[in-house]
Amino acid sequence: MYAFCYLEITMSMVDEPLYPIAVLIDELKNDDIQLRLNSIRKLSTIARALGEERTRKELIPFLSENNDDDDEVLLAMAEELGVFIPYVGGLEHAHVLLPPLETLCTVEETCVRDKAVESLCRIGSQMRENDLVDWFIPLVKRLAAGEWFTARVSACGLFHIAYPSASEILKAELRTIYSQLCQDDMPMVRRSASTNLGKFAATVEKAHLKTDIMQIFEDLTQDDQDSVRLLAVEGCAALGKLLEPQDCIAHILPVIVVFSQDKSWRVRYMVANQLYELCEAVGPEPTKTDLVPAYVRLLRDNEAEVRIAAAGKVTKFSRILSPELAVQHILPCVKELSSDSSQHVRSALASVIMGMAPVLGKDATIEQLLPIFLSLLKDEFPDVRLNIISKLDQVNQVIGIDLLSQSLLPAIVELAEDRHWRVRLAIIEYIPLLASQLGVGFFDDKLGALCMQWLQDKVYSIREAAANNLKRLAEEFGPEWAMQHIVPQVLEMVNNPHYLYRMTILGAISLLAPVMGSEITCSKLLPVVVTLAKDRVANIRFNVAKVLQSFIPIVDQSVIEKTVRPCLVELAEDPDVDVRYFSKQALEAIDQVMMTS
Amino acid sequence: MTGGDGDGDGDVTAAPPLDWKFSQVFGERTAGEEVQEVDIISAIEFDKSGDHLATGDRGGRVVLFERTDTKEHGGSRKDLEKTDYPRSRHPEFRYKTEFQSHEPEFDYLKSLEIEEKINKIKWCQTANGALFLLSTNDKTIKYWKVQEKKIKKIAHMNMDPLKAVGNGSIASSSTSSINSLSHTLNGACTDKSYNSLNKDFSSSAAINALRLPVVVTSNETNLVARCRRVYAHAHDYHINSISNNSDGETFISADDLRINLWNLEISNQSFNIVDVKPANMEDLTEVITSAEFHPTHCNTLAYSSSKGSIRLIDLRQSALCDRHSKLFEEQESPGSRSFFTEIIASISDIKFSRDGRYILSRDYMTLKLWDINMDSGPVSTFQVHEYLRPRLCDLYENDSIFDKFECCLSGDGQRVATGSYSNLFRVFGSSPASTEATTLEASKNPMRRQVQTPSRSLTSSISRVVRRGGEVPGNDTNGNSLDFTTKLLHLAWHPTENSIACAAANSLYMYYA
Repeated sequence: MYAFCYLEITMSMVDEPLYPIAVLIDELKNDDIQLRLNSIRKLSTIARALGEERTRKELIPFLSENNDDDDEVLLAMAEELGVFIPYVGGLEHAHVLLPPLETLCTVEETCVRDKAVESLCRIGSQMRENDLVDWFIPLVKRLAAGEWFTARVSACGLFHIAYPSASEILKAELRTIYSQLCQDDMPMVRRSASTNLGKFAATVEKAHLKTDIMQIFEDLTQDDQDSVRLLAVEGCAALGKLLEPQDCIAHILPVIVVFSQDKSWRVRYMVANQLYELCEAVGPEPTKTDLVPAYVRLLRDNEAEVRIAAAGKVTKFSRILSPELAVQHILPCVKELSSDSSQHVRSALASVIMGMAPVLGKDATIEQLLPIFLSLLKDEFPDVRLNIISKLDQVNQVIGIDLLSQSLLPAIVELAEDRHWRVRLAIIEYIPLLASQLGVGFFDDKLGALCMQWLQDKVYSIREAAANNLKRLAEEFGPEWAMQHIVPQVLEMVNNPHYLYRMTILGAISLLAPVMGSEITCSKLLPVVVTLAKDRVANIRFNVAKVLQSFIPIVDQSVIEKTVRPCLVELAEDPDVDVRYFSKQALEAIDQVMMTS
Repeated sequence: MTGGDGDGDGDVTAAPPLDWKFSQVFGERTAGEEVQEVDIISAIEFDKSGDHLATGDRGGRVVLFERTDTKEHGGSRKDLEKTDYPRSRHPEFRYKTEFQSHEPEFDYLKSLEIEEKINKIKWCQTANGALFLLSTNDKTIKYWKVQEKKIKKIAHMNMDPLKAVGNGSIASSSTSSINSLSHTLNGACTDKSYNSLNKDFSSSAAINALRLPVVVTSNETNLVARCRRVYAHAHDYHINSISNNSDGETFISADDLRINLWNLEISNQSFNIVDVKPANMEDLTEVITSAEFHPTHCNTLAYSSSKGSIRLIDLRQSALCDRHSKLFEEQESPGSRSFFTEIIASISDIKFSRDGRYILSRDYMTLKLWDINMDSGPVSTFQVHEYLRPRLCDLYENDSIFDKFECCLSGDGQRVATGSYSNLFRVFGSSPASTEATTLEASKNPMRRQVQTPSRSLTSSISRVVRRGGEVPGNDTNGNSLDFTTKLLHLAWHPTENSIACAAANSLYMYYA
């Protein structure tokens, strides 16, 4: 005991025991990648043991030199170095971390480079201004002039950190370098420059924004490579937010209007996704005159992928517009889309269209949207119907459910009997939501029977989900309702000739018991379980043992002693080994409860 | 420039015919040596710079060669060219490395054997001095990185000095190394109890004794090929082509009925961009035989079909490119139709010219050059096998009629080449005024055959647009008939120089002019 204490004291003095450190250090170069990875992940531990000075002078140079490792190890290294400032002696020494990250910025694996850039940004954003000038900016310039495209790709992501602390002359140089990167021979570099333009632009002074940056942007929007133009579209919204509204209207708006009619469907697809963000930047009037027509064109695009993207933004776009504009321009398109030839377009529409109800208000919803809801509820494609049903609560708030319920029921019934079990599974998941929206009365009449029917589905996942559904319904409507509408029906099925169905019932009982409470469990559920203990199928019997175990916290001790334990004792003598095993486990659990109470 | 050099790029009139010379052979067969099936070359590809050449074989191996004649001179090469010496140097290659790209597999779901044979190789963007390439067999595409690595040795370790040399197992390292550490730190260690160990370590001297592993880099280098990504399970039918996009991030793979688009960095998903599979397979009349991206236009690709048509596709038009933007096919002359018409019309290979203006296609009998701005018909047709027409029946009987010959264009677009039987290959001048039509044999004496070839007949040069170059004899001088078992299917033209690499069974022959 004494020695143990002594050990404790000495250990606390060195912070960590050293022999594992020695192992960790050696394993930085182990042949097993898992061990190397482990060591790299614990780099901070090694650094703490070595101390700040040795970390700076030995560990960091060591890492800089040993960077031809597996991607996984390099990725971990890039990540660890990002939070390494405390281990090299704080901010004044932060620059020593740059060299190993610089080499990681040049590897060919994109995720390693991205992580290295991320870590460099993290370090750079904490570094002191003159350190940035002395160390960080030269690094950015070196990477931007790198022989291989990998270095230049990484450089693009660092300008926004380097730029603010640079002198005027340096700033001008950095802007020039960036515009050169945007004209690089390699499309990879131009893509990276395009992606990072928004971030860089945010740090550039207003005066240069309108000249230099907009020139760069315009060049990118006319790039030969579709993939570069695509990313320029993404930059539109970011740049638009930086510019004054009138500049945005003058420079960004024409570009986005041109993009919305680009020859490449992928460019139009991006516009469809981004357009609503730009509305805020340009203000209401240009939105009305330019962006709404552009959006309407996209909603009617020839390419289904573009319509899918546009349809998915219908609600977001409508929210920005006044209800009148939405009714006037967007709604007609929505009507067309609801009978689009592509099921994916209808599905995308169905997943958002319910959100339009609060935007349009009650009258317009009843008059205009309701027919669309109803037609989508009758769609031949199950996903469309499911998407409508899943968002039912949104429309319920505006117009109530009654107007829909007539069409809802056939849709639900049809989905409930769909031949694809995944569709059946999806509708089961929504049943509790439907129940809460539709209310007890409606549910009892129409849906109760369906819930029971699923318990006897051919697919296990459906039976399992059905049992879970019963539990959630019992929670929603309360034990009293469940006692009337669920329990009797469930218990009736316990005599099903097929043991798999009996097993489902057993599962349902164990799920329902906690919700129903002690009294009903004892009076109704327990007797049934006890009878099943005599089942001829061993799988049922050991599941009985499991269910009985789950009853222990629910029922009274007296009941356990009187009913549960005798039943389990009997099962513990069962010829089947599994039955014996599980009943013994249950008995042990009982004993444990007895001990503690 | 000296005359026979064939560098008359700017010539409006045709360049003079090239004088082909033997350059090198790799894997030459000795007399009487039996060719092993696995050694037969099944793919040849130069990289963009022409400094590297890759071959794939039926055994699933990829062999890389590197150019030696430029490297030695490095920067001084330009000066050499400036001087008035005739350029005696021609591309010379040496074996660089090889690796096993694909292994034979068995698809248990479909009870199908998947051969390891390499169908195509494509070079990708070089980065950080490492070479990257894609290789594919019938089902699986792999992305390879080949890099020269300096051999490193770990010279110092904290723990067991033995461990630094060998690679001890993890289990042993953790126990034995603790002991050895205590040796180094204490000098003498008798009782290695847990406690005493920790006590020793707590001293600052112990911390100072901790050393980072010292890595000694030797000057020896070692070429390592590593498989970076595997693009699998996307093709129900056999992959016939792969092709990189000019954007540097995507590539396509084509099988008999579908073309998929991949991102090089994402191996678990691809997009189907062309699907010619009919709803009912009994309606199937046409399959995809070859596909290639335009060399500079990222949104254009061409694919050929078994019915002899080439379709140009604009990826911008729609996500699923069922409709072509251009169709190139030649109307067959009425009356000439026979049982074999459709079989011999099947295109076995297409290639874009370097500038993307032309597409070269090879069918069983001919090479055709198409201008992508002219879809009414080919600008030139070159007869490769016209003399075989009377023997189509035999060729059908022995399945030779289904042989898939590849074709290639020279870097300047002035010439085209394709293979034939008896290890022969043919080179044609592609410019309208050219009458060049050379037959060479893949042997150390490539012009052996040409001596016997009668000089170009006047008629063929006059009726150039109609047919030309159809004068190869069916028999050689000894009266032996053509050997249909020795066929030259694969060949590639150096991207910048007049140099051709071609495969005769297991041997790689290289010629220059």
